Amino acid sequence: MTPEIALTNGGRLPLAAIPVLPFPEFASGVIDLIRHSATPIAYFADQPAPEAPPELFAVLTAATPGTFTVLRSRLAPGFTSLTTRAPQLHLFEREIAEQYGIAASDHPWLKPVRFHSVWHGTTDAWGRDPGRHPQPGVMDFFRVEGAEIHEVGVGPVHAGIIEPGHFRFQCFGEKVLHLEISLGYQHRGIERLLLGGPWPQTPSQIETMAGDTTVGHMTAYSLVLEGLTGTVAPPRAQALRAVALELERLANHVGDIGALAGDVGFLPTASYCGRLRGDYLNMTAAICGSRFGRGLVRPGGVLFDLEPARQARLLQTLADIVPNTRGALSLFFEAPSVLGRLEGVGKVLTDDALGLGLVGVAARACGLDCDTRRAFPVAPYTTENVPAITEASGDVFARARVRQREIEHALAFVRQALENLPAGPIATPLTALPADTLALGLVEGWRGRLAHIALTDAQGRFRRYKVIDPSFFNWSGLAMALRDEQISDFPLCNKSFNLSYCGFDL
Amino acid sequence: MIIRLLLHFLLLAGLSPLLIGVITRTKAIIAGRQGAPLWQPYRDLRRLFGKDMVLSSTTTWVFRAGPVVGIAVPLIAALLIPFGAVGAPLSFSGDLVLFVYLFGLARFFTVLAALDTGSSFEGMGAAREATFSCLAEPTLFVAFIVLARISGSFTLDTMFKTLLANNLQTVYGVSLVLTAICLFIILLAENSRIPFDDPNTHLELTMIHEVMVLDHSGPDFGLILYGAAMKLMVMGTLVVNFIMPPSTGDLFVDAAFYTAALLALAVGIGLVESGMARLRLLKVPQLLIGTSLLSFFALVLLLR
Repeated sequence: MTPEIALTNGGRLPLAAIPVLPFPEFASGVIDLIRHSATPIAYFADQPAPEAPPELFAVLTAATPGTFTVLRSRLAPGFTSLTTRAPQLHLFEREIAEQYGIAASDHPWLKPVRFHSVWHGTTDAWGRDPGRHPQPGVMDFFRVEGAEIHEVGVGPVHAGIIEPGHFRFQCFGEKVLHLEISLGYQHRGIERLLLGGPWPQTPSQIETMAGDTTVGHMTAYSLVLEGLTGTVAPPRAQALRAVALELERLANHVGDIGALAGDVGFLPTASYCGRLRGDYLNMTAAICGSRFGRGLVRPGGVLFDLEPARQARLLQTLADIVPNTRGALSLFFEAPSVLGRLEGVGKVLTDDALGLGLVGVAARACGLDCDTRRAFPVAPYTTENVPAITEASGDVFARARVRQREIEHALAFVRQALENLPAGPIATPLTALPADTLALGLVEGWRGRLAHIALTDAQGRFRRYKVIDPSFFNWSGLAMALRDEQISDFPLCNKSFNLSYCGFDL
Repeated sequence: MIIRLLLHFLLLAGLSPLLIGVITRTKAIIAGRQGAPLWQPYRDLRRLFGKDMVLSSTTTWVFRAGPVVGIAVPLIAALLIPFGAVGAPLSFSGDLVLFVYLFGLARFFTVLAALDTGSSFEGMGAAREATFSCLAEPTLFVAFIVLARISGSFTLDTMFKTLLANNLQTVYGVSLVLTAICLFIILLAENSRIPFDDPNTHLELTMIHEVMVLDHSGPDFGLILYGAAMKLMVMGTLVVNFIMPPSTGDLFVDAAFYTAALLALAVGIGLVESGMARLRLLKVPQLLIGTSLLSFFALVLLLR
């Protein structure tokens, strides 16, 4: 059995404390943990120096509630794929192959993830020219053969104002047999830009990893840096971060329900929610001057304080828009034609959700209680003040309903937090980063779990910074939801997940 | 005769875009927005007719024929039906068959033009349109048979004239109400309105009618929009004729009554669209078959 190495959310671990296991022992350790219902948070490789051998790291939830286990091994060519035993890891292994040019043997679905050239070295896992930038979308797509099978390709340029991504449907008439999603058009190389950091521009880059999750990603980054330096943000800063995070959740969930209403052609809710989303964004702007919360959260605390006058104004705004929000939502959930359109569409089975490692709203809609705020609480969240919001049916309706219930909770939470803002400073200065340390920060963004993991080198700079956006796992869930569905239901299923392209592409 | 012909054309050409404007405006107001001005569809048409066209190199003359047939058909079909108490300029025994199949012809050409582009989206739209129209056709025929049975005539003009004189208190009341409901549902289905299709959606995978005309641009697209507006008016006429008063004797007063009824119908369509979501594509055939059954029931009640 592997030695127990425990880490908490926002905690740190000296790299020297993590033993480097031989790969077979590492693999059986990971598989054992997953069999005993551990959730894999991250599985990634790291090459400390161009000539040094790459290492493998796996971070999983541990048996003790609220803690994590870290496993470490060496990455050698031909390392065995764990995907057949733990499908949650399939994208991680593809990512390792793409970044380090070392392919896991026996991987059943080894395709590029983001279409960039290999980071170090000269060997490409797919035999492409390592000197040239690969074309996004150039890979072998899964094909269904048959006289009456037809293929529909959508994107990367779409009719709406959305991000680019390519969707390829294998259809039998109107029925989708298989959907393959090919992303990477938004790849900006953020993980590589962070190497050697933190740089002065790092906070801005973190905030734009997924623009709609600015506060979430920045809070996760702050947790990592605070964890590395052993700093704790003052209570007032923590409360303000939580207010901003919940306002982000409110704006996006309300916007999503409006978008769902627009997709099914239910105009009243579509229009009202569009306006209300703006109201919630403006509340964030009232705190920090940016509708998306840019520049608010920083390691050590927050940059903007809330004086009593603005605090009262925010509470007043909230009181004004709460009835409107409830009205727009109940209009939507009480219309029989809307329910008829949402129920039973785009179902994901609980087992599939577990197998694919779905997170956030999509997983909770399949009955999985997987809220980071509950499981790995960081103040002001506790397991008690965040309820388990789950739905059983796993369809578009369940995903919409989870959002509605989370809106209800977030409204109460924001009001409560604003009414009881702790007094005190809004930031603690950070010390220099320690050398050779690993730190982990997890945040429940509005879409789901955001995981940031930093490894520092001997100088206390980032030697690896790993980011896992909820979209990383959940795009596979969308592909699964479309199996045997009507192709005309794709836009609705897509909206019900509402995943980030740039959060996936990084 | 000439005046009646002119009046028909003028009403059709002048009023049809306004109906679209009224529907859009109603939806906007219900949604809490101000909405586009009522004459926006006219501006759109003028803009489109002033544009150049982009033609794909894979298309043939069939692609250009679609919009032309699409506007010619409602123009001809309108001549066969009375606009309220304003009689039809053209009628002969059995013209109801021509009326139904004129729209079949338009659909045939729209579908061919869509397939001509070779796009996978347009192929899907064409398949949907063909399927759903097959299911809508029986209802229209049975509704006409009900009217033919009541009036004892196979001429659309006479059929609807009898309707005006015979109001809903007669023994035919129940059949007439059912038939009017059926025709209203067919109106929504044939004109790709909610709950069957969403004319405002930009999601090519969910569209039915809109996806077939994605490749048309400029004047051709203008013809399609104009033709669609006229089709809405012609089909709408079938519905409003059920509630029109008998002729007052003055042609222009009759025309005014008819216009008012049409505008009220447009508001009604706007209200339906504001109040409900689109159906799942799988459920559309169920509703259309249900409508066919309802129309058969109207016929059975008449024959009992």
